[in-house]
Amino acid sequence: MDNAAPLGKDLLGIKELKRDDILQILETASAFKEVLERDIKKVPTLRGKTMVNLFFEPSTRTRMSFELAGKRLSMDVINVSIQLSSVVKGETLLDTIRTMEAYGADIVVIRHSSSGVPHLLAGNVNASVINAGDGFNEHPTQALLDLFTIRRMKGRLEGLEVAIVGDIAHSRVARSNIYAMGKLGMNIRLVGPPTLIPAGIETLPGVKVFHRMEDGLAGADVVMQLRVQKERQDSWFFPTISEYAKLYILNSKRLALAKDDAIVMHPGPINRGIEISSDVADGTRSMILDQVANGLAVRMAVLYLLSGARA
Amino acid sequence: MSKEILSRDEINRALTRMAHEILERNRGAENIRLVGIQRGGVYLAARLAGKICGIEGVAPPLGSLDITLYRDDLKLKKGLPTIKKTDMPVSIDGKCVVLVDDVIFTGRTIRAAMDALMDFGRPALIQLAVLIDRGHRELPIKADYVGKNIPTARGENVKVQFAEEGEDDRVTLKREGEP
Repeated sequence: MDNAAPLGKDLLGIKELKRDDILQILETASAFKEVLERDIKKVPTLRGKTMVNLFFEPSTRTRMSFELAGKRLSMDVINVSIQLSSVVKGETLLDTIRTMEAYGADIVVIRHSSSGVPHLLAGNVNASVINAGDGFNEHPTQALLDLFTIRRMKGRLEGLEVAIVGDIAHSRVARSNIYAMGKLGMNIRLVGPPTLIPAGIETLPGVKVFHRMEDGLAGADVVMQLRVQKERQDSWFFPTISEYAKLYILNSKRLALAKDDAIVMHPGPINRGIEISSDVADGTRSMILDQVANGLAVRMAVLYLLSGARA
Repeated sequence: MSKEILSRDEINRALTRMAHEILERNRGAENIRLVGIQRGGVYLAARLAGKICGIEGVAPPLGSLDITLYRDDLKLKKGLPTIKKTDMPVSIDGKCVVLVDDVIFTGRTIRAAMDALMDFGRPALIQLAVLIDRGHRELPIKADYVGKNIPTARGENVKVQFAEEGEDDRVTLKREGEP
């Protein structure tokens, strides 16, 4: 293949991508992984292009990752952190992003607490829009970096058994991964208490539901722990943090139920002692820091491929 | 109708001569690094290394460069080029790097390759070896070792086929729009 197929103007979710789009992003990310291993980790590819990071929710790693990805491609990067206590009205949001466009933004990376905001923007601006997490909907680049990490470690994706453990209902990371893994023929085990698993989700391709962690982990190739969203601990989804930890923490005893070469993943930030024990998080099978490093290569690939569609 | 410019034997003889020229100019193989530009240049660099080894008994270390990320025409192209492998396993600091490509045309690929190379270190000097020089340079760049100079029209296409890709080694010239 001499030419990469255009991705389209925006990256809004994994749901909108085809299997081949996903594979192309992963292939392209491999090339950028090599760039990141050089002494000079920067290429001139997107010189003169501008990226705006528009984060309406707190974020360290995702924002830093996009920022650095843009800089490694020689883009000019502007970070706009918006601390708002009230919900942003659609009209105001559009005006904000049109201002960014007036500055010459080619790519706008947006994170927002409301699902669908990136989609709304994408239809109204010429700039490419990248969804960096919208409400409970999707976080596509996280799923792409997870797949990239799994493929690098396992050499394949199809047919792998992946256990995703925790608050599936409120996790955009889980949603994007479920879409992506389904498209790539992976077997997905969703593990968590019934209150945290959306009803009917087992009808999606490749998905099975488990409520006992031991059942979900048996023979898994990949164990992906989700963050317990402590900001939700007052709600009624589970009685107490300590009870949750007792039932769903990934410790070395439970990890032993998975395959001998199973890898451990977590989108971060981790809550030590709640969803993952320190010995597992810091152990040799933990991919947590690899995920962060790979995220940079994957986001460079996305920026590169989207810029092609804009040419 | 496409016209054959170089046959398999002619390609082989040209590469043999170029290997000798490279050794003569650099007084041996010791400080040489051969760096092929994806894709054709990578095959040719490996063949030159084989020939140099046959003459001197030592094969110079090989590298490969993909110059996609250094191109100046990304926005002019339809779609995006797929990024191929870049592999620079040995240091080029203080060495003589011989860049190898199959065809030199506008010179823009070589400009990009030199920029890419500089990101890997500081070579003592860079030389350029090409199988075909077809003219029409747009930058002040000249090859040090040339397999064959071929006058072409701008709209013509030079096609190089490689045994490494399962085809017969040959170079052909065809007019624009011809199959």
